[in-house]
Amino acid sequence: MTAYVPALTVDGVSKVFDVSAPWLNRVIERRPKLFVEAVSEVSFTVEKGTCFSIVGESGCGKSTVARLVTGLYKTTRGDISFGTGATGRPIRVQMIFQDPHSSVNPRWRVGDIIAEPIREMKLRDTEKETMARVRELLETVGLGADDAQKFPHEFSGGQRQRISIARALASEPELLVCDEPTSALDVSVQAQILNLMRRLQDELGLTYLFISHDLSVVRHMSDHIAVMYLGRIVEQAPVEQLFTAPQHPYSKLLLATIPDIQNPKRRVEAQTGEPPSPLNPPNGCAFHPRCPIAMEKCSKVMPELLHAAGHAKVSCHAVAEV
Amino acid sequence: MMAQPIAASKEPEAATPALDVSGLSVEFPSRRGTLLAIDDVSMQIAPGEILGVVGESGAGKSITGLAVLGLLESPGRISGGAIHVGGRRVDTLSEKELTKVRGREMGAIFQDPLTALNPLFTVGKQLVETIRLHSGMSKEAANDRALALLQSVGIPAPRERLRQYPHQFSGGMRQRVVIALALAAGPRLIIADEPTTALDVSIQAQITALLRKLCDETGVGIMLVTHDMGVIAETADRVCVMYSGRVVESGPVAEVIHNPQHPYTKGLMAAIPSLHDRVETLAQIDGSMPRLNARPTGCAFHPRCPHAGPKCSAATPPLVSVGVTRSACWLQQGGTQ
Ligand SMILES: Nc1ncnc2c1ncn2[C@@H]1O[C@H](COP(=O)(O)OP(=O)(O)O)[C@@H](O)[C@H]1O
Ligand SMILES: Nc1ncnc2c1ncn2[C@@H]1O[C@H](COP(=O)(O)OP(=O)(O)O)[C@@H](O)[C@H]1O
Ligand code: SF4
Ligand SMILES: [Mg+2]
Ligand SMILES: [Mg+2]
Repeated sequence: MTAYVPALTVDGVSKVFDVSAPWLNRVIERRPKLFVEAVSEVSFTVEKGTCFSIVGESGCGKSTVARLVTGLYKTTRGDISFGTGATGRPIRVQMIFQDPHSSVNPRWRVGDIIAEPIREMKLRDTEKETMARVRELLETVGLGADDAQKFPHEFSGGQRQRISIARALASEPELLVCDEPTSALDVSVQAQILNLMRRLQDELGLTYLFISHDLSVVRHMSDHIAVMYLGRIVEQAPVEQLFTAPQHPYSKLLLATIPDIQNPKRRVEAQTGEPPSPLNPPNGCAFHPRCPIAMEKCSKVMPELLHAAGHAKVSCHAVAEV
Repeated sequence: MMAQPIAASKEPEAATPALDVSGLSVEFPSRRGTLLAIDDVSMQIAPGEILGVVGESGAGKSITGLAVLGLLESPGRISGGAIHVGGRRVDTLSEKELTKVRGREMGAIFQDPLTALNPLFTVGKQLVETIRLHSGMSKEAANDRALALLQSVGIPAPRERLRQYPHQFSGGMRQRVVIALALAAGPRLIIADEPTTALDVSIQAQITALLRKLCDETGVGIMLVTHDMGVIAETADRVCVMYSGRVVESGPVAEVIHNPQHPYTKGLMAAIPSLHDRVETLAQIDGSMPRLNARPTGCAFHPRCPHAGPKCSAATPPLVSVGVTRSACWLQQGGTQ
């Protein structure tokens, strides 16, 4: 086996947002400042050339982790560091968003959208070389070289996502952070984009930090999965293990409730409760109010993320440490 | 528009479908010509049955639901076919009659529960008013029914919840309130358009299970419109697969999922990543659904279809029985040559 080479190390990272009402309102209504800890003490490493996914329900902090890793947000606590890239410099990171509109300027020609990072970072010496690179990137993502002349509105949603992938690749990153990259697409188009992302990973040796709420997509793409609940990682495991032998009660709940086309569960209503507000997280294990096996300790003491059976790490008082 | 008399149903109650759509067409006239959004769509829903309507965005699912509800926005209009709800023809009713029938016989649930709720009134007031409007119940009786409705849709502490406003409910609980509202007048048919799309999976599972339970208990028929085949698999009895304004395949859910007949359904099923085993590359259908103004001739799927032959671009295949399902593809009707 080759040695483990990390592309990304996230170490004890937390992010606190100030969500207070405006100053004047607070004074008049005598309300205190309000903070939400969107991400709490999150640690993981991503091995070079692999796909590491984060799953969890909306509001659990997935996008915040993505934005911390790409530097769009500053960490409140903890460190984020990148491994060494092919050129000997730290690995470069780029982000792909769910909505291709937000990353693509509608008034620019596709060629300029893709060329911008190349010009900005002076990755090519001449305009001729830049445009040759743009044509090459368009072909890499399955579009035509002459699409450079067109405007984004002339493309379908799937093609626009290809354009934003080409733009992300233009700065020659080795780590791509993909936040719900196919969630806005139809399944037949989603399959095209997932196949493209897999092919790019093989051809360019990319590392992915992949975020999705769709567990079947995550299973298809990932090597490793972290399950987040209310800002914390509650379980982390290799993909096969997580799907065949989930250990945290929340991972089990997620897997039990995703619609399964092959083995549909036509059961009576599951009383599984709802996620609590991140403004006012429960004491102890944040999952305890919804947990079917919660013990007294669970409402008092926050469980740590510890090594559990197999190659998993689990944060649950009911799961034995190994 | 057609001017047939309203056909009164004389059949016994049990045999009357909750919904019978036959040959429905919907068009959007525009300056650059008329766009046909729905083309000759037929579907039936029995009382107590959930019919899934599935397809990718732009297939015509929502327009079909809106046409049934009589809520098409102008200039959209029904240009052909007939819609019967509980045996009564509804597409020829006047706006006034339709408003009455809609409230009493049909309920609607949309993706965003806030579109169905008034932020200024308590949930209790909205329920009580809807109940009274269609039943003439006394205030007290309507109040009791509102309480029972909230209970039946699984809202904890319903007595307190009746006094609260929509913003005080979570997304999942709000959708339950909308379901209670849709059920308030005891309708025969509910149109649920992407009712769980905005919800997280664990909440989605609760809502789809609730729809099933209510369907079994009250005998209401449900048209469940969604792009999510997983939701269909777990909730619907039968399914209609739509593509570019037409039904391309319909049949019992398990049959359509495990033994799809139409090349589009086959492609769609193969493109969905599996929860059980992993493949290197997903089967993919190249291209995307055509826009209305660029719909291919013949079978609209032919530019993306691996089996297409000359016949496919020349003529539109009708929906015919193939075993227990129905499929609209020349492959099963004498070949594509
Ligand atoms: N810029 C921000 N300002 C204030 N709160 C935020 C901001 N971004 C995210 N949050 C809050 O942090 C929590 C996690 O959000 P997010 O990372 O977007 O979750 P996810 O992507 O898993 O849905 C949520 O409670 C959200 O409201
Ligand atoms: N007001 C409108 N004017 C013109 N075309 C419309 C209008 N509303 C919807 N359409 C078109 O009708 C088709 C079907 O739309 P819809 O029923 O909303 O699809 P979906 O299957 O995603 O619910 C789409 O191609 C859409 O662009
Ligand atoms: S009719 Fe022709 S193009 Fe359409 S699905 Fe069948 S084989 Fe394919
Ligand atoms: Mg997010
Ligand atoms: Mg729709």
